[in-house]
Amino acid sequence: MILVENLQKRFGAVQALRDVSFTAADGRITGLLGHNGAGKSTTLRILSTVMRADAGRAMVDGHDCTSESLQVRRSLGVLPHASGLYVHLTGRENILYYGRLHGLSGSPLTAACDALIERLGLGEVANRRAKGYSQGERLKVALARALIHRPRTVILDEPTNGLDVSAVRMLRELIRELRASGCCVLFSSHVMQEVAALCDDIVIVAHGRVVVRGTPDEILSALGTDDLEEAFVRAAQAGEME
Amino acid sequence: MMQAIRTVFRKEVLENLRDRRVILSAFFFGVLLAPAVFALTTTLASNRIVRDQEQPLTLPVIGALQAPSLMRFLTENGAQIQPVAIAAEQAVAAVRSGEHDFVLIIPDQYAQKLQSGEPAPLELIVDTANSRAAGSTGRAQRLLGAYGSQLAALRLLVRGVSPEVVDPLKVRTVDVATPSGRSLLILGMMTYFCLMSMLVGGFYLAIDTTAGERERGSLEPLLSLPVSRSQLLIGKMLATATFMAASLLLTLVAFSIALKFIPLEALGMSANFGARVVLAIFGVMVVFVPLGAGLMTLVASFTRSNREAQTWLSVVLLIPLAPIMLAVVNGTRPTASLMAIPSLSQHLLATSLMRGDAVEPLHVIISILTTLAAGALFVWAAIRLYRREAILG
Repeated sequence: MILVENLQKRFGAVQALRDVSFTAADGRITGLLGHNGAGKSTTLRILSTVMRADAGRAMVDGHDCTSESLQVRRSLGVLPHASGLYVHLTGRENILYYGRLHGLSGSPLTAACDALIERLGLGEVANRRAKGYSQGERLKVALARALIHRPRTVILDEPTNGLDVSAVRMLRELIRELRASGCCVLFSSHVMQEVAALCDDIVIVAHGRVVVRGTPDEILSALGTDDLEEAFVRAAQAGEME
Repeated sequence: MMQAIRTVFRKEVLENLRDRRVILSAFFFGVLLAPAVFALTTTLASNRIVRDQEQPLTLPVIGALQAPSLMRFLTENGAQIQPVAIAAEQAVAAVRSGEHDFVLIIPDQYAQKLQSGEPAPLELIVDTANSRAAGSTGRAQRLLGAYGSQLAALRLLVRGVSPEVVDPLKVRTVDVATPSGRSLLILGMMTYFCLMSMLVGGFYLAIDTTAGERERGSLEPLLSLPVSRSQLLIGKMLATATFMAASLLLTLVAFSIALKFIPLEALGMSANFGARVVLAIFGVMVVFVPLGAGLMTLVASFTRSNREAQTWLSVVLLIPLAPIMLAVVNGTRPTASLMAIPSLSQHLLATSLMRGDAVEPLHVIISILTTLAAGALFVWAAIRLYRREAILG
């Protein structure tokens, strides 16, 4: 469960976030949609507590991202924009490292790790060093790493960038599984089709503002079109005009 | 809390041990390069001294037959007469070209003048610009002077005068240098190498764990884990410190092995480098590790990329090494106030230990306290810096 209210964030002369508010419910997939530089990554960074908002409030599972950042980080699984694996460690070691930093150890950790390796079809790949991984293998290990502590809320930053079709399909399947298990999934994208194919709720941001939000149907009717891509373009333009 | 620090520490050590680049740069310099350079230079230096002192003095002489008693005197005093059959004019060219270090010429009128009691001429062709020949030239000059004094004393005795009449002064030179004191410069170089290899040992880790992690994009997900940033950074700095300490220890061991093959006694040094001394030196120098790790991590955290961090660090690392260079050149002696300067105090203490001098406990205490305090300051500053948002770059 994610709750964001009136977030503002400035980097020097650039006002990255002007006014961002939305909610992402448990058991639903919420897409954060916008052009590059619209403020998606900044919002996700504030939610994952690596940055603080200048004003406004961000809550994850009832914990404030600023004052209770440790609790937030405990219930959060983050798949970053870049996979950021340690290339001299094996896939398994990468996963176990994150598990240990989440406070797991012993057989529960090993079991969780084995289950994820099995579920993601990593197999023997997990015992090789990450240096020679393909794009898809890197994504799988990064996913396993983000999910090792069974987070209730999962944040994915542009997860499909640069992936081939089969990897994208695998990822979508996994995201739907997370929804089925009751997780709150928030992911960002600048590709409309991507969001449309997967999301229960869509939040469109432009120039640091939420322009429109709702289910795909609600957005279509709000913008007076039956084409989601057209809706996205109109919404983004509307954001620019303000 | 400790669990997280230990996890980070173990991962950083494991990851960097697997990186051949890190291993090469961390341990190659200290363990192989520094002792090798050191052994080479000292062996060359000591060989020269040994050669000058112990080898028989070869003395090229023109006209040796004219002065049989002088030749006997020289031979008795360890010189090897090498009769040279060239003209006096050619001797100058021979010395200038370095064919001979020097040439003694006994002119034709030598025997006759000596007989008649007039000053007997001798010519010694030397080249003072040839530093290699300085030792043997000096020995030749001293031998000739001694022969002259002996002749003078005999003549005075014949005339019933005590030879002391012409020796109004008796200058006694006392050399206070302890045998190992003379080696101060060379040993100073050694602590320089040790401190250098300690810093180099942690160089890559300090960069890799901060600027490197950010550049690879692995910092952001790491910071979104339920571990405080200070715990992360402490784990990283501990890994850096471990590599530094390991590099220092390996370097000292490599030195103690290398020193076995160097004729230190010939240089007038005591080869005071047993296991106990190695451990004592490690003890006084390892105190510098937290300061070095903190400093390098701090600088690396400021920079935006691996490359930038390397550039900055290689400049910043000159700061702790500069006082050592100055102390080596000036031959600085340890005092209590100098012990308050980190890196200099380690150098002075380690040098004392190597020379076999007594080390004052007060000096050790001041050195440890000030260095650890400075180290704590840098570690704290690095942690403070890491808490900032801008660390994400």
